[in-house]
Amino acid sequence: MKLSLKIWRQDSFDSEGSMISYQLDDVSVNMSFLEMLDLLNETLVQKGERVIEFDHDCREGICGQCGMMINGRAHGPLSNTTTCQLHMRSFKDGDTIYVEPFRATAFPIVRDLKVDRKGFDHIIQAGGFITASTGQPPEANSILISHQVTEAAFDAAACIGCGACVATCKNSSAALFTSAKITHLALLPQGKLEAAGRVISMVDQMDAEGFGHCSNTEACEVECPQEISVLHIARMNYEYNKALVFKT
Amino acid sequence: MKATTLQHKLWMSGTGLFMCFFLIIHLLGNLQLFLPPERAREQFNWYSHLLAGNIIIEIVAYVLYASIIGHTVYAILITRKNAGANGTKYAYDKRGAASVWYSRNMGLLGTIIFLFLIIHFKDFWYQYKFTNLPLDAKGNKDLYTIVVKAYQQLWYVLVYEVALIALGFHLLHGFFSAARTLGVFHPKYVKWIKILGWIYTLVITLGFMAMPVFVYLNSLS
Repeated sequence: MKLSLKIWRQDSFDSEGSMISYQLDDVSVNMSFLEMLDLLNETLVQKGERVIEFDHDCREGICGQCGMMINGRAHGPLSNTTTCQLHMRSFKDGDTIYVEPFRATAFPIVRDLKVDRKGFDHIIQAGGFITASTGQPPEANSILISHQVTEAAFDAAACIGCGACVATCKNSSAALFTSAKITHLALLPQGKLEAAGRVISMVDQMDAEGFGHCSNTEACEVECPQEISVLHIARMNYEYNKALVFKT
Repeated sequence: MKATTLQHKLWMSGTGLFMCFFLIIHLLGNLQLFLPPERAREQFNWYSHLLAGNIIIEIVAYVLYASIIGHTVYAILITRKNAGANGTKYAYDKRGAASVWYSRNMGLLGTIIFLFLIIHFKDFWYQYKFTNLPLDAKGNKDLYTIVVKAYQQLWYVLVYEVALIALGFHLLHGFFSAARTLGVFHPKYVKWIKILGWIYTLVITLGFMAMPVFVYLNSLS
């Protein structure tokens, strides 16, 4: 298939960027979106031009690196899919495809389609952990946790931090990401002890990074590759309100 | 603790839900407009007088004014923070496919409602509180005549209908969103909140929309 591509090119954080047009022939429908970009980059190398930089790692939908806006949607036209799991059969011959980086003030552009998602790391560093004694690993069954709770906590822990929730949010809110970690730890007995302090620290950090408010449009859940439920946001609000009232 | 986002939303939720509560009382009271004209005049004016003289209603009214102002001020603060959080605009933006339009346009709907409230307050609230209205047979201020005269104009009825549709969509998202902000996370209650939100929105919106139309059609016959 033949494609017209309009791709955001930007040299560095503080340089001006713009959409540049490329033409690409001989694209196979079986290629993943990233393989199509690899093909384009090969043609650029042959021409002696700088390649288009984009983040990617596992290419099997579990690492959360390959975030980009494709035709105005986070990770492209499919719901709940990473960019690497999007294949060219989702497009038609002769299509024009717009490719842009995830945009948010808290996600500064490093180059082209690469953004800096350190803001997420800072949120995790602010409280996305438990305090435990070091030394010998404890006996695994000393704290009993019901199957239902472990499953629910794991559903929240499945977040891969790709940033699609922020990119698709009209307010660039990191509520889904932050709440997934808060829920994950608040559900488990090891995490419950520090739940109140954690939710306050993590929400404070989320604000400090410059993410916006959650308007409950629920667009994040639609785009999330891990189908993280927006109800985690409600639970974050619950944990936060509880902390406001009871935390000393 | 310096968290602003969630606390701002809590203010939005609290003031919004108070106004939701007020709308129920407002709707119930105004149902008297559906009575036969002469009965309606007497009842409605009596009811208005009752409200105007009651200290509890007075307190509720001040909380209501504070809610309207608070809801507006926090909406502006939130919108400004969100505008700052959004980076460069997308050159090609189809993000709307992932959510419903009214959930993304609460600010716009709210602005329509706010403009409507200016008209609404000026024509009824201000008239009743700060002008010398003629009295009805029972000696109560004749607010009923003011209301009926207003709704006899087609353009005025249309302004109300448009504003009330905006209110309907605002309530539909706002009621549910407020519950989320308060932390209703259990799927069982989330489902009930959604159903309750729809019922509430339909009753309030259609109820208020029917009043100007009813009075207008009555005036034709």
